[in-house]
Amino acid sequence: MGINRREFLKIVGISAVAGLGGATAVDLLRRAPVEASQASPNPKALTAKRWAMVIDTRKLTEADCQRMIEACHRVHNVPDIGTKQEVKWIWTEEYEHAFPDDMNEFVSDEVKHKPFLMLCNHCDQPACVRVCPTKATFKRADGIVMMDMHRCIGCRFCMAACPFGARSFNFGDPRPYVKEENRKYPTRMRGVVEKCTFCTERLEEGLMPACVEVSNGALIFGDLDDPNSEVRQALRSNYSIRRKPNLGTQPCVYYIV
Amino acid sequence: MYDGGKIITGLVVFVGLVTFPLWSNVGKAAKKPDPKIDTPVIQQLAEKKCIEPKAFMQAEHMKILNDWRDSVVRDGNKLYVSSSGKTFNMSLQNECMNCHSNKKQFCDECHNYTDVKPYCWTCHIEPKEKEKVAWASIEENS
Repeated sequence: MGINRREFLKIVGISAVAGLGGATAVDLLRRAPVEASQASPNPKALTAKRWAMVIDTRKLTEADCQRMIEACHRVHNVPDIGTKQEVKWIWTEEYEHAFPDDMNEFVSDEVKHKPFLMLCNHCDQPACVRVCPTKATFKRADGIVMMDMHRCIGCRFCMAACPFGARSFNFGDPRPYVKEENRKYPTRMRGVVEKCTFCTERLEEGLMPACVEVSNGALIFGDLDDPNSEVRQALRSNYSIRRKPNLGTQPCVYYIV
Repeated sequence: MYDGGKIITGLVVFVGLVTFPLWSNVGKAAKKPDPKIDTPVIQQLAEKKCIEPKAFMQAEHMKILNDWRDSVVRDGNKLYVSSSGKTFNMSLQNECMNCHSNKKQFCDECHNYTDVKPYCWTCHIEPKEKEKVAWASIEENS
């Protein structure tokens, strides 16, 4: 035969080098994608290190809560389904359901029957983010627990993980149940989970969240990392509680009772 | 040749059947897509230009939309500075479709031709179109 071991090894070596170089050449010749540096945040956007909400339940009546729920669900195209398959971003709950850790046998009548406004707590240690297999739900640098609907596969692990019931699943197409479409905001589709986003789309335009805007001062929204922010001042001068603090998820929604 | 007549007849029938998709479609080539850009908003533009040059948009619009999507949702960016230095809002529903409000004659025209089915509109709300166009999306007709 015309080839010996030495010749063969030489050919293999040269081929390997050529192969590696070829891959690099292809990579270099391939058209570069659009530069990411062309994108920038809106300069008008409200920013914070850690967004948080303080709910002054002393100022809230059932009618106030309904007004905020209505405002939120209208701007975000949240469907009004009305069965067990309901979708909700913000809702009301009685004290004993909202704060099941409170072991007191007797609480004041006022607190016992008052409606408490519930929403995603945007936890510092969000359980939903840890379990999401596709990273569809993630925590932004400013503390907001956000959802990327494009990635959600509807596995509902996050719903099982969330101790606050803040997440809803779209069992069917939500569009027929959206009464009045806000044409500036998308709806969701069948098979994805959704929840409150602290109105990221409004913060980016320099607006406060929809519920805060119609709350007449009962909801305070601000930066928990800034000692002079409104939320920190409210927490400094009032006694507040959080939902299920013993689970260690560090909710960022505080209730003044 | 034994049974020559049967064999040749059979061959003719066979070739006819196998080439059926070819000869049955002769002369019925699908119409070349012709996306329209004559929307009221575009008519009023002083300079009728998209965010990037036309050829780039034709070839790369899907990549731009993907990049925008990730940039907006995951990084909180909202503004796009184009190669011409102009700033645009990164939003399919509110920026692209603001000018291209004729989805059926603009998006669907090529997407139907190439049998591409982007799933943008399961969530994003498409612009309201007054006239129902006959060659609208095949999916919607069926």
